[in-house]
Amino acid sequence: MTDLTSLTLAEARKGLAAKTFTSLELTDAHLNAIEAARVLNAFVMETPDRARDMAKAVDEKIAKGEGGPLAGIPLGIKDLFATKGVRTTACSNILGNFVPTYESTVTSQLWRDGAVMLGKLNNDEFAMGSANETSCFGPVGNPWRREGSNTTLVPGGSSGGSASAVAALLCMGATATDTGGSIRQPAAFTATVGIKPTYGRCSRWGIVAFASSLDQAGPIARSVRDSAMLLRSMAGHDPKDTTSVDIAVPDYEAAIGKSVKGIRIGIPKEYRLDGMPAEIEKLWSEGAAWLKAAGAELVEVSLPHTKYALPAYYIVAPAEASSNLARYDGVRYGLREQGKNIIELYENSRAEGFGAEVKRRVMIGTYVLSAGYYDAYYLRAQKVRTLIKKDFEDCFAKGVDAILTPATPSAAFGIGEKGGADPVEMYLNDIFTVTVNMAGLPGIAVPAGKDAQGLPLGLQLIGRPFDEETLFSLGEVIEQAAGRFTPARWW
Amino acid sequence: MSVDATTVRRIAHLARIAVSEDEVPHLQGELNAMLAFVEQLSEVNVEGVEPMTSVTPMQMKKRQDLVNDGEIADDIVANAPATEGHFFLVPKVVE
Repeated sequence: MTDLTSLTLAEARKGLAAKTFTSLELTDAHLNAIEAARVLNAFVMETPDRARDMAKAVDEKIAKGEGGPLAGIPLGIKDLFATKGVRTTACSNILGNFVPTYESTVTSQLWRDGAVMLGKLNNDEFAMGSANETSCFGPVGNPWRREGSNTTLVPGGSSGGSASAVAALLCMGATATDTGGSIRQPAAFTATVGIKPTYGRCSRWGIVAFASSLDQAGPIARSVRDSAMLLRSMAGHDPKDTTSVDIAVPDYEAAIGKSVKGIRIGIPKEYRLDGMPAEIEKLWSEGAAWLKAAGAELVEVSLPHTKYALPAYYIVAPAEASSNLARYDGVRYGLREQGKNIIELYENSRAEGFGAEVKRRVMIGTYVLSAGYYDAYYLRAQKVRTLIKKDFEDCFAKGVDAILTPATPSAAFGIGEKGGADPVEMYLNDIFTVTVNMAGLPGIAVPAGKDAQGLPLGLQLIGRPFDEETLFSLGEVIEQAAGRFTPARWW
Repeated sequence: MSVDATTVRRIAHLARIAVSEDEVPHLQGELNAMLAFVEQLSEVNVEGVEPMTSVTPMQMKKRQDLVNDGEIADDIVANAPATEGHFFLVPKVVE
């Protein structure tokens, strides 16, 4: 039998249905792979007993012909998703030993459809970071290395554990979340596929909140088809999240292989940055050529407020974070440090429990919302956000169906290489992805090639609201043309 | 705009994060780097532009005004660092 961990989710589904192997065998193969890959630090908690119990139960269902769409598929879960009875920390010391008494809507839908949980995945603390270096459990290693080098690189962030685990074949797919690029940037850094759906597609209920008007859940997977299968289970209306949208979830998989003839693809000139590596420029042109060859029509478009998206994000997101994170008070759950009075208890608990990046963002958020600065910062940023969204609306109104851009301004970099002196250096990683969150649109990152050092690079497709299907159709064209990429095993 | 050391201490207190004296200069530098970065927003003409309040145009659903949850006090206090029965324990607040 071939190594079960090397299958795609779609292939595994066939094998399970044909009873070539059981979910327990598939699950055990992945549990063994996880154990052998601990050096990557992708999992912050392994749940082998639960995984085997779930696999056995689903094997019985499959035998009776009752398996759901993801029956028997072993997945990793980002530690931002509340999992009932399984420690959930957002990779922050302040939630150190938090054990939810409830299950997030997204994960409950995955279990409803028959998926198996292998464990919880590492991420940047409260999803604040672009390299998975702010986690209280330490950084995650990227399974990709530069050719001829032993330097461990970052997998991107904040969903670094999800991307690393999927790329290293430790799980068949993973949940992730994206507030400014946290699904798409790590997917690009690890040659995996990641989609952030339209705001409102997936319920946010039971996901640790960072910036509520930007946060969306989505999958990281080994192929475009796999990501479509996962999103179908994750998406859907939830009365417990008032921003979740009551629109039927289409069969995303049906969009795979659909003709893209006549689809109009916008190429935004503002994404051509000064000093952008020639390799990324080349990859972008190649991607456009592949889509054109498949029958799509290319048009140059303008998104004039692009350069203001990242600065506006660094007002809106910290402002929302400062409000959301006010709940960590050392009283109701999580870490408590004593103080002489209740205020000192709050201040000491939060000083001890939050890491440096989180403190920085909570403080900047507090500042931009404080009396006298609200209009100058927060209100202005929300107006700029309206303009960023309007750029896209104007573009779609002219008949553009999707927009093609690079996913990231560079390939993966080394641990500790960026952001040490100036936090803004790290923030620039999200320059191509953050616009999509600001406008609430869907965006997919698909592996498209490698740089001169052998590191993966990705392309991003941005779609109309709730038109994830077009992104899957176009993403499949890129995947077919570029091929799939697997790292050489060194761990 | 930039922040001075006094403002850093004030923000930290508003954010309920204890900050020691030797952390202040470092934080001040980082916060000012972020403020310098967002400064470019001042060049955008936002005259007459509505601030965004909802990214997806949608009617917010209202649920029925019914009690459909509760009686889960054990769950609520399950993760609390200090409790007595179904109460959270805190230092004395009222003299």
